[in-house]
Amino acid sequence: MNNTLDKAKKGTYITVRSLPQGLLKVQLIRLGITEGSKVYCLERLPGGTVVLQKSRQEIAIGYDLAKKITIEN
Amino acid sequence: MKSDTIINKSHNDCHPHLLVKEVLSSASGGNKVVLAGNPNVGKSLFFNYLSGMYVDVSNFPGTTISITKGTYKDYEIFDTPGVYGVSSFNDEEKVARDIILSGDIVLNVVNALHLERDLFLTMQLIEMGKKVTVFLNFSDEVKKRKLKIDTKRLSELLGVEVIETSAVTRSGFDKLEYAIQNAREGNQSPELHHLLHNTLNRVGTQAEALIILEGDEIIAEKHGIEPGTADQREAIYINRRNTVNEIVSEVEFEDSRKGEFFNKLGRLSVNPVTGLPILAFVLVLVYFFIGDFISQRVVKYTETTLGKGEFEYHVKSFVGKFTPVDIKVDFQDDNGNTVSTKDFSFPQGLNNDIQKASEFKRVSAPHGTSTSFEFKNPFVKLFFGEFGIITMTITYLLFLLLPLVAAFYFVMALLEDSGYLPRLATMLDRSLNKLGLNGRAVIPLILGFGCVTMATITTRLLGTEREKTIVTAILQFVIPCSAQLAVIAVLMSMAGAVPFTIYVVTILTVLIVLSTLLNRFLPGESSPLLIDLPSMKLPRLDNIFKKMFYRTYGFMKEASFWFFVGALGVGIMELTGLLTVWQNILEPFTTLWLKLPKEAANAFVMGMVRRDFGAAGLFHLTLSPMQITVAITTITLFVPCIASFVIMLKERGWKQGLIIWSGTWVFAFLIGGIISQIFI
Ligand SMILES: Nc1nc2c(ncn2[C@@H]2O[C@H](COP(=O)(O)OP(=O)(O)OP(=O)(O)O)[C@@H](O)[C@H]2O)c(=O)[nH]1
Ligand SMILES: [Mg+2]
Repeated sequence: MNNTLDKAKKGTYITVRSLPQGLLKVQLIRLGITEGSKVYCLERLPGGTVVLQKSRQEIAIGYDLAKKITIEN
Repeated sequence: MKSDTIINKSHNDCHPHLLVKEVLSSASGGNKVVLAGNPNVGKSLFFNYLSGMYVDVSNFPGTTISITKGTYKDYEIFDTPGVYGVSSFNDEEKVARDIILSGDIVLNVVNALHLERDLFLTMQLIEMGKKVTVFLNFSDEVKKRKLKIDTKRLSELLGVEVIETSAVTRSGFDKLEYAIQNAREGNQSPELHHLLHNTLNRVGTQAEALIILEGDEIIAEKHGIEPGTADQREAIYINRRNTVNEIVSEVEFEDSRKGEFFNKLGRLSVNPVTGLPILAFVLVLVYFFIGDFISQRVVKYTETTLGKGEFEYHVKSFVGKFTPVDIKVDFQDDNGNTVSTKDFSFPQGLNNDIQKASEFKRVSAPHGTSTSFEFKNPFVKLFFGEFGIITMTITYLLFLLLPLVAAFYFVMALLEDSGYLPRLATMLDRSLNKLGLNGRAVIPLILGFGCVTMATITTRLLGTEREKTIVTAILQFVIPCSAQLAVIAVLMSMAGAVPFTIYVVTILTVLIVLSTLLNRFLPGESSPLLIDLPSMKLPRLDNIFKKMFYRTYGFMKEASFWFFVGALGVGIMELTGLLTVWQNILEPFTTLWLKLPKEAANAFVMGMVRRDFGAAGLFHLTLSPMQITVAITTITLFVPCIASFVIMLKERGWKQGLIIWSGTWVFAFLIGGIISQIFI
């Protein structure tokens, strides 16, 4: 089922389907988040800010960016 | 020299590069060693060790925001801001890019716990054709977590030396010279060479060719060619990402993943349900430590007993030996109330009336007495009187400000090194969105409570110009720095709970209104939050104290100078009668609008030099609790200190800087006046 990242469920693994084009995309690639990569949703805050975990790295993503990332649970 | 041109070209977009330019032009061939790596991996610890100098070390990404140069043996060493890749997405990256491009040798510090993230930059450096050595840092943590990394294999795959280090225990530091001497070009894929071929022919260095292909406009423009397209960049990036992932899967063996206490704590502090109580707890602790322990108990002892009772008493009675003086000795009971008073008059100075002088010495010596001196000569008064440049300044600086500022920096260092700040940033992200900011703004805003000047520089880590403007405005308008808070804390403790609440509510309201307005009217859009969270850990005390020491020292050095200047200025204005003129000009404002005594105008003279001195000028007035509230609200909102004003002009440009500066005058008097009209 496709969804956007701001709606990810806390405590689940998700697969990234698509990233927004442009600078943000390359920034995400640098941090290890690419289309098709599997990440763990560590936290989802009430406003839609999410914290992802990729191996040992924790990455916080704001709502405005999260809603542009589509995922698959 | 080629490096100079790079800098000159990219220099047109201003300030942070200034330093780079100076630094680069002095470098000679073959021995420029650049420390590069992701944010928060320990570069500055390496730098401090190698150069014997001091730069700040903290546990959040973005501690270092400009280049520092030092020397090690025959090499020039450069500390750089942490970056995830060589490119120009923001100011820090531009600064780092220029210095990396011009360096001869790159020491790439890598956090061994985050190889996937960190090796991306490593690969890029190698593909740029740089001579590289990799420091596999955090090896102490690797051991603790029972993670296994095949260093030898990693070195084979990358084609460069890989050295295990731990910058906090300094293990592996015996190989630093070896690391520099053995830096070499790593393995580059043939496909990449093919890709670079055309561009390389035109620009000459592989590093620049690659950066251009990755779409760097500034470097492309320098060579007068088109930068690579977004698609090209993406292709290169994805390729690199895949290479890195392959390498990591080959060299790293999963750890036992201990469910550590600190990881847990980190998670709890991100979620508002648990995070808000944690924040409240932290604030209460800070309040008890600074607001109660330091500013009540410690400062009472240092200021009254040491400063006034010992230092001023001895200096003044010494000066009084040679010049006419009236002395009043108050005898106080245990609660500090005066029970009786004894007056002495020495029209010729103490030396000319030995008998009376020894009588004075005898009665003024015991505890529970407070002595005030009234010098007759105006010049003596200027230097040694109640507001004397020598006596008051030293008491204020050493016995009031110093303990408070040190305490603030201590708390700040604890917060910085625990890894808490980025989590606070995450928790507050959504709320800050409403003010046109993202969570990252928390870092400069909190640092502002230490020193607004320093925090104004830290705004560089924000993503867009509009965010920098909003945060700078907030810093300059509403955030009181440690020195100012110190004085406010002391004044407030005399006023009570209601005035305190009014003060806090007013300041918060101004903050929200100001940033909402800016958010509404500034063009453009703010950037969304995207940060990596460092692991939570117990701060290391040696680093805490070192940082506290260096910052307090730097602060005091600067503050002292300006305070002497300000005090001298006010002193001279007083002698020449200018002060009365100034007071009279401002009188309608001060007495009618703000409902303060006329002398409060002095605080605004001092306040222009440094805000906290402005607040200090209020100490000597007798004010009602509400008058205190009005006075400190006005002083808090009043113009920033000279140092932060200058930095603001540098960071934000003349126009914006002056608008913000004049804005503070208007806001300060407007809001202060409204409070006083309502409550007094
Ligand atoms: N356990 C452990 N901690 C380390 C090691 N190296 C650095 N640290 C910690 O990592 C944090 C960051 O260190 P810095 O030297 O400020 O890192 P930096 O790379 O200069 O960071 P930026 O300037 O923000 O890019 C500090 O809290 C250090 O104590 C290490 O080898 N082991
Ligand atoms: Mg640093």
